Amino acid sequence: MAAEVRMMKTPAELALAETFAAARGTLPGDGDIAARRADAFARFAAAGLPHRRIEAWHYTDLRALMREALPVAGAPDAAGLEKAKAAGAMLAEVDARRLYLVNGTFAPEISDLADLEPGLSITGLAAALGAGDPLVTAHLGRTVAADDAILALNTALMGDGVVIHVAAGVELARPLLLVSITTQETPSAVFSRSLMVVEEGASARLVEIHEGPGGDVAYQVNTALELVVGPRANLDRVKIACEGAGVLHVGSVLAKVADHAKVALSAFNLSGGMVRNQLMMQITGAYTEAHISGVSLLNARQQADTMLALDHIAPHCESRENFRAVLDGSSRDVFQGRIAVRREAQKTDARMLARALLLSENAESDNKPELEIFADDVQCGHGCTTGTLDEQLRFYLMSRGIPAREAEALLIQAFVGEVTDAVADDGVREALIEATRNWLLTRE
Amino acid sequence: MAAVKETVDQVRSIDVDQYKYGFETHIETEKAPKGLSEEVIRFISARKEEPEWMLKWRLDAYARWLTMQEPTWARLDYPRIDFNDIYYYAAPKQFKAPKSLDEVDPEILRTYEKLGIPLREQEILAGVEVPEGERSRIAVDAVFDSVSVATTFKAELKAAGVIFMPMSEAVREHPELVQKYLGSVVPVTDNFYATLNSAVFSDGSFVYVPPGVRCPMELSTYFRINEKNTGQFERTLIIADKGAYVSYLEGCTAPMRDENQLHAAVVELIALDDAEIKYSTVQNWYPGDSEGRGGIYNFVTKRGDCRGRNSKISWTQVETGSAITWKYPSCILRGDGSSGEFYSIAISNGHQQVDSGTKMLHLGRNTTSRIISKGISAGKSNNTYRGQVSAHRKAEGARNFTNCDSLLIGNDCGAHTVPYIEARNPKAQFEHEATTSKISEDMLFYCMQRGLSQEDAVALVVNGFVRDVLQQLPMEFAVEAQKLISISLEGSVG
Repeated sequence: MAAEVRMMKTPAELALAETFAAARGTLPGDGDIAARRADAFARFAAAGLPHRRIEAWHYTDLRALMREALPVAGAPDAAGLEKAKAAGAMLAEVDARRLYLVNGTFAPEISDLADLEPGLSITGLAAALGAGDPLVTAHLGRTVAADDAILALNTALMGDGVVIHVAAGVELARPLLLVSITTQETPSAVFSRSLMVVEEGASARLVEIHEGPGGDVAYQVNTALELVVGPRANLDRVKIACEGAGVLHVGSVLAKVADHAKVALSAFNLSGGMVRNQLMMQITGAYTEAHISGVSLLNARQQADTMLALDHIAPHCESRENFRAVLDGSSRDVFQGRIAVRREAQKTDARMLARALLLSENAESDNKPELEIFADDVQCGHGCTTGTLDEQLRFYLMSRGIPAREAEALLIQAFVGEVTDAVADDGVREALIEATRNWLLTRE
Repeated sequence: MAAVKETVDQVRSIDVDQYKYGFETHIETEKAPKGLSEEVIRFISARKEEPEWMLKWRLDAYARWLTMQEPTWARLDYPRIDFNDIYYYAAPKQFKAPKSLDEVDPEILRTYEKLGIPLREQEILAGVEVPEGERSRIAVDAVFDSVSVATTFKAELKAAGVIFMPMSEAVREHPELVQKYLGSVVPVTDNFYATLNSAVFSDGSFVYVPPGVRCPMELSTYFRINEKNTGQFERTLIIADKGAYVSYLEGCTAPMRDENQLHAAVVELIALDDAEIKYSTVQNWYPGDSEGRGGIYNFVTKRGDCRGRNSKISWTQVETGSAITWKYPSCILRGDGSSGEFYSIAISNGHQQVDSGTKMLHLGRNTTSRIISKGISAGKSNNTYRGQVSAHRKAEGARNFTNCDSLLIGNDCGAHTVPYIEARNPKAQFEHEATTSKISEDMLFYCMQRGLSQEDAVALVVNGFVRDVLQQLPMEFAVEAQKLISISLEGSVG
């Protein structure tokens, strides 16, 4: 195995090797899955933790950030489940089917699995792997080929997650709300993996919220979601990170989108010490529309990192990427977005815009919007701005009798509003606007 | 419209794949032994009659280079270079720095004549006919393989206090200036190719403009690689002292050959308080044939240091040649209120690969920079813009505007944009925009419907696309560059 080839250097890497060696016997899945886990771990071991020399991690040195590998969190006890039920409070008003992932383990006992719409099926990943579910065998790890060490680590150590299947033509009226919470109050690590397959002509909405212990409890979340969107299907996914200050959260999304589909993927970072969202997406069918967006509201010593790799393989597709970051305190925001247009993807229309607003002397914003174009008949562009609040706008508002703080708040709300307002679900949108308002109120 | 007309005429008169500077000059040359070793470096140093400190500098660089790895981060694909299969020094036989043009080998003079570079002072750069008396004069330093063969207008420049001479002479005649500034912008250890250059650099130009002097004429250096299997490693150092101004042009060509030749230059610019340096390049090294055989590998480190308050450095480049271009002319904006500019047209055709861009490092307060980059890819080429804009903690009021546009002609080429934008100061304002598209059908249709042929229409659109950059070039070069653009794109239409 390649794990022995490269010398594991950092204590965290060594500890992860031990974790894998100890856990590999008990992790769910049969021979084929076990072999894939071993192979994935070998790839992780060969590459090691990502660092600045790995271009996709240019601004986030995980080798430095992840000093130690924490023990894998166990399945939740009764108290943990009680705590989990209270999670996702900011979305309490949202009318949705609630599903719970507690410490990375699917909790059917508290999830709302009653009266599933015809054509909708929801199971836990561990159970599906145990039962050799053909859906999982067909899609898991096969959506998008991605060469990422943290994703490989997730494949090696994935314990549980949810598997959602929406059959062809089924339109879900209510969104699915997936609450992922780490309940353990001691340092722990979570490796979860979910799969959502939306078949031809189906329509679904998925809202994810991630929470964890407050204070300075150190914990690590390595979560991945694979999305398979069929022809003419419609998928809307919103991810909200409300993690604790001690978190090291890496969320990967792998999405494969077929022709004539419509997808909207957005991510909101409201809190969390270090949150990285990485999205690898392939548009494999023609006439697809993709809207990808994100907002990071950062203060204190928070760090957010957004990595986006969008691969246009098919012609006549349209994609829009729209990102906003507001930085206060000593926070740092990273945006790396790459749009690749392959030779066959003629008539692609892709636009990417990343804007950062720096509110404090010590904040830092790093942006790397990238275009990689091999087709000639395309319209592609990217824009990127960083700066502080416009003095003239602030002055205008103040001259109309609005106090300085409120004027700033209005401007910031408008700044992130360009992304927030596009969220389709009314309840979720209201909750996000409210969260932005709260964030502004707690600003120094 | 006259310029467009000229482009169209040029397109017509030249066949596909004709690189008109591809001829070879047959003269006897003296070369250092093939390969790289301490002996070769000592040989080069001895040939140039260098002082001991210069030799030590080179040897230190060589020792350092041995420990370094070739960079692989650029989007370039080429076979490994065998650094021991290159001649690091080649000079016309019996070469002694000529006192006057009459001592220069007539064969070499004829070469420059063919290239349209006048070494006789009464002549001017080809291309424009201006009545006597209004002619702009340009001082030329002609570098042939590893040595400078002639430098014009030396006396007149000297009267103005401007020092313009080959680097090898400057090392002997102005050691205090060279020692003070050489390697102060691009340190010996900067990168693989800069370190290699530090060890083996042969010739190049040295310019010093004293305080308050506006250099009375354009300065230029014309680089020519002639000898087989040689690399050219020139080193240019330009210093504009307080309040000085200088405009410098650089041009380059090489014969057509099937093998690849290496060119690894280092250019350092230093602008002190209120000084301004304008540096223009028209790079037209042999790009290889239509099958991608041969061509120059161009690995160049160019950097300017705006060391003083309110200083300004402006880079303008037209890149049409070379099989491989790896080049990032940068500005370190150290002085408060200093400003940097980068205007670039990079055109790739055939199998050319371009990975070029700039760095604007804002260190001082109220520093401004502007980047305009236009990439045109055709044939089977790849064209990458790679740039970095950063503002450091103290760079209050830093301002950058970046615009990089790419144009794709044909379906086998690629255009890529890789900008890095790093802001560490809230009062820094950065704006970046990039677009990639093909020549709009509407524009072509409009032109053709007015009676232009398709080729003329493309030439017109492309000229409009690159106009922002062409306007930054000194007049003589702008005409030359416009011709180059039409030649490079020939064969890519239809």
